[in-house]
Order: sequence, then C-alpha cells, then structure tokens
Amino acid sequence: MSNFEPGGGQASIVSVTDRVRPVALGAPVSSAYFLGDRVAFVGAEENVFLVDAQGEISNVAVSGGGILCAVSDGKRILMGGDDGKLVALDAKGEKTELAVDPKRRWIDNVALHPDGAYAWSVGKTAFVRSGKNEEKSFEVPSTVGGLAFAPKGLRLAIAHYNGVTLWFPNMAANGEFLEWAGSHLGVTFSPDNKFLVTTMHEPALHGWRLADNRHMRMSGYPGRVRSMSWSAGGKSLATSGADMVIMWPFASKDGPMGKEPAMLAPLQARVAVVACHPRQDILACGYSDGTILMVRLEDGAEILVRRNGTAPVTALAWNAKGTLLAFADEEGDAGLLPL
Amino acid sequence: MAEASKIPVTVLTGYLGAGKTTLLNRILSENHGKKYAVIVNEFGEIGIDNDLIIGADEEVFEMNNGCVCCTVRGDLVRIMEGLMKRKGRFDAIIVETTGLADPAPVAQTFFVDEDVQKNARLDAVVTVADAKWLADRLKDAPEAKNQIAFADVIVLNKTDLVSKPELAEVEARIRGINPYAKLHRTERCKVALADVLERGAFDLDRILDIEPDFLEVDDHHHDHHHHHGHDHDHGHGLKHYHDEDMQSLSLKTDKPLDPTKFMPWLQNLVATEGQKILRSKGILAFTGDDDRYVFQGVHMMLEGDHQRKWKDDEPRQSRLVFIGRELPEQAIRDGFESCITT
Repeated sequence: MSNFEPGGGQASIVSVTDRVRPVALGAPVSSAYFLGDRVAFVGAEENVFLVDAQGEISNVAVSGGGILCAVSDGKRILMGGDDGKLVALDAKGEKTELAVDPKRRWIDNVALHPDGAYAWSVGKTAFVRSGKNEEKSFEVPSTVGGLAFAPKGLRLAIAHYNGVTLWFPNMAANGEFLEWAGSHLGVTFSPDNKFLVTTMHEPALHGWRLADNRHMRMSGYPGRVRSMSWSAGGKSLATSGADMVIMWPFASKDGPMGKEPAMLAPLQARVAVVACHPRQDILACGYSDGTILMVRLEDGAEILVRRNGTAPVTALAWNAKGTLLAFADEEGDAGLLPL
Repeated sequence: MAEASKIPVTVLTGYLGAGKTTLLNRILSENHGKKYAVIVNEFGEIGIDNDLIIGADEEVFEMNNGCVCCTVRGDLVRIMEGLMKRKGRFDAIIVETTGLADPAPVAQTFFVDEDVQKNARLDAVVTVADAKWLADRLKDAPEAKNQIAFADVIVLNKTDLVSKPELAEVEARIRGINPYAKLHRTERCKVALADVLERGAFDLDRILDIEPDFLEVDDHHHDHHHHHGHDHDHGHGLKHYHDEDMQSLSLKTDKPLDPTKFMPWLQNLVATEGQKILRSKGILAFTGDDDRYVFQGVHMMLEGDHQRKWKDDEPRQSRLVFIGRELPEQAIRDGFESCITT
C-alpha cells in the first residue's frame, strides 16, 4: 500500500492504467471475489474463472445453467443457479453441492454469515443452514428480492414486496416486518448493526434505523441502484445508479437522515459497480462506459485504472489486505491492479 | 437499429379455457428451428423440456410514482434479469398469463423497467379467445374484455363449435372493442406460428393494413366510431357492435405535426386520461423531420422512437389509435387537430 498516493489537486488525472495486468476471460462476468491469493471471476453462465497472481486462468464449471447469484466470505463462494442448485467453490477450486431445489426452481438469492451459516431463497421461501447443518425455512408474502445476514447473531433480513422481514432462524417467533411500499431488491446491514438499507425497484434506496425502525428515504438517482458497498469501518455507504458515486453518511446515530450525500467522481457515464477499499478511505468504481477509477473519499481525488470506450464494468473486488484490485466487464475483459 | 437486436417478447393471454395451453404446446412442439424461453404461470402443464421453461408467480406491484395504474410484474423483472444471463440460448420469449390476468402490468413491465427495456421489446400481445363463450365472458368478465382490448393478435379458437352466424356475431363483438388487432379463426389453435410470433407490433403499418380486414365484418366504411351503446344494422345484413364501455378511436392527418405541440399534448393526455386509455399506438410525421416517429403506450406509459426514414413513395401521414374506456373523443380529436402545423 505504500506506493498508493493519490495525486489530489493535480490538473490532469493520475493514471495507473499501465500497471494493470490484463486478463482475457472471453465470457461475460457478473461478479468477482478474492479466494486467498486467487481471484474468482464468476461468469454469467456456468463457469468460474480462477486467476492467480501470475495471470494463469483455470476454468471451473460450477453450474448447469446460468449463475443467478453469488456471495463470498473470502474463503469460499456460494452460488445459486437457474438449474436449482446451490453450490460452493473453495480456494482450491473444489466444488460442493449444498442444496438442490426438488422442482429445479431458480435459486435467486444467497447470503453468507461470518460463522459459516448460509441462506438462500427460492421464490417466496428463504432457507437457512446453520454451521451445525441444521436447515430451517421461512416463507414471506412475495418473492424474495434479497437476503443479508446481520453482522451479529443469527438474524436474516429478507427483502420482498412492501418491505423487509427480519427473521431469527433460531427463535420460534415470527419475523419482524419492516414495512415500506414497493419492491425491495438488494439488502444490507450496516457493519455496526444499526441500520438496514434496501435497493428498490425504482431508483431509490430505503433505510431503517433498527433501534426505532425510523425510515430513511434515499432517492434522486437517475437509474436503479444495483451496487452498494460500505466504506472501511462502515462510516458511509457507496452506491451506483447515478453518473457519480453517491455516498450516504452513516457515521452518526441518525445515519443519513437530514443529510446530503457526498457525490464523487462525476463522469458522463452511469456508475455500475462500487467497491470500497477494505481498510482505507478509498473506493473503486466502474462505469457503464468501461471507465474504472479509484477515488479518495476525503477529497474526491481520482486515479484512472481503466479508460473508457470498453464494455460496461460488471465486477470489482479488493483482496482482504487491499493490495490488489480485480475488475471485469460484460464482455469478459478483466484485469488485476497491484498497489 | 438497436430495437432489432432486442429479444422479442410475446405476451400470451386468454380467458380460462380458451386454449392458451394448446397454442403454447403447439409453439413449443412445432419444428420451427427456434428456441423459446417460456415464462408460464403453472408449472407442469407443459411437457417439453427442449426449451427453457420458467415458472412465474404473477406478482404485481404498484410503482412508487403516485400513479395508480403504473403496475408492473415484479417476478417478470427478476426472471428477465436471470434470462439475460443466458442470452444466445434462446431466440424469443413467450410470457403466458393466467386466464384472469389483466395484461396491463405485463405490458407495462416492458415500458417501465430500464433493464428489461434495454434487452427486450414487447413484440405483440396475443389473445386466445373462445368462439363459443367469448360473447358471454365479455358481458360478465372484465378481464376477458381487457384481454381483447389489449391484443395485437387475436386467435379466435374453437370456431368448429359455433355456427357461421354465431361466429360473425362474436367477431363483431371483438371488433366493437378492438378493430385493430389481427384476427385468426382457428380450431384447436391451428394457426401459422408466423402469424402469432415475431409480429413486430412496432411495425405499426399494420394498423392501416388491418382496417380492410375489419371491413370484411362491418362492410361499412366510416372514419370515426360512434358511441351509441347499442348495435345497429348497416343494411348489409351484418351487425356492427359498439361495446358499451370500451371504444377505439383512430386519428389521421396528411399534414405534418408540430413536435413541440404534439409531444406535450400526448404526454398530458396519457397523464390525465391514462387510466381510461388501455392502449395507444401511432406513426407520426413531424414537421422538418425525415424520419418516421413511432410510439406505443399502455395506460400512462409511452415509448417512442425514430423508426426509419420516410420512403419517397410513401405518404407522410400521421396515424394514431387509442383503445380504452369512456374516451373523451371530442377532446382528443380537438387536441390532435391543434398539433397540426399550420
């Protein structure tokens, strides 16, 4: 990290494009994760490409169809497919089948808990399998839009129409329902467990302060928000959906209530993916025109990682130490940037 | 043009028992060399594993934009997103709706959702109707009437179960609601698939091509439709019905339209009367514009684009149709007139 020095205040943008190691995958990528020292680029269909530091690619077939959802804790990736299977892939490239829907219905969402429990959803039903391999399910009133585990305790947020249900799989009681009209898709807890935020079908976020379920409306986006990332320490939430990165402040007890978001890295293109650095106040953002920037949160100073004129960026990932940035686009052009 | 590279989506509607599944099975089993992704509401009725079959739940939700008729199928948004990961595995998409479904939310999904719109285009709404029972259903089932009003293509099925006069009667009923849809008379849904699929509802030239077909039933030419709420004989021995609450309205001009007047007028019209307007379509010739502008709409939602250059031998004529309930005909006519460049 010592050589990462954003050149704030300079007239022309600092570029590190010459330090990127290009990786040609040749198939569309939907997300990327680091598994140990390898990067796993999850394809839109069937395959995961494991790429080591030397740029060596190994291709693992994980699904009999399209991969609809994926999540990782840095040790393994869980993926749900349109073949009705939930599979895990570890750093060695070994695949394990975790669940199969008896009717081969789509596995739409997946979530991982830090203690190894995982959750997935099929239609209106969310399933949780704890570390002890105990399986439980919970049905919500409409199709599950997103799943997220709370950072503490075994509690699962299930996003659906008109709100989010918070479910404690180890308790007999029914879930707690947080109501807000509309279709809720992505869902995330703030790392301090105080806030819950959803991405909605319309271009807006909705949030709840969990202590008193107070509502937070975060709107004004020109497009739907598909990517959210908490900054190091959870001080703010970076989001896609506009032609700049929108950062909502969550450091105070009121979160973003009554506050303006920070707006960083404006371009003539839509932000498609955001990924905050795991340790420092820096983020990477990818745009619909292929541009990738690194941005310092403090002053908005930018560094160019990839130029525009390429396919929309679909995946960004930092390794745990924050010394490597991986990216990929819709057409399977990927790259690694060592810092 | 980007429109052409989008995956065509056929919406298949029809009241309970009309023969939707029969048509679907035909589409899937016939040797047409195409691969379809089919979104069905009930799994298991169709026994073909060659194509991509996805079960859907018909989950309709209201958009948070203060417009009560802006409903979309959330399940469809999700399924389309998943399907787009497998582009190249299929050539077209068919969405089957339940017999009691209102076609509006399905159609609106293809207007309102940015991502769906980017990848797919609504090709046509195909409605299967039961020749024997449709006339009754039009009286007691508002869903059946909506399905007819929404249709680009109507497959009038089970014609072998009715007499010739009965058939003429039900066709006249259909035409009273929707004179613009292409109508096919079938037994057991035996229709050339090319007449049902990939119709290019955007190719709105059909609107005019279809009027002569309408005249086969009506055999009486009139440029506007009355709204008397009764049926009357035109002296040709053929009945001409006007549906009590559903009408259509067509507008035409050979003079160019002023885009600075027309666009605000149309947008305001659908914003204020959108609940009554089920469908709207048009081909427009604007002043100083060498391109044809085409649009189609569902309730308050409109989608339009420059389609192509006007051909030299083609009259630069603007044509619009509206199908809806209690349409304020005179106000629409006056408004349209005021958009003509003087």
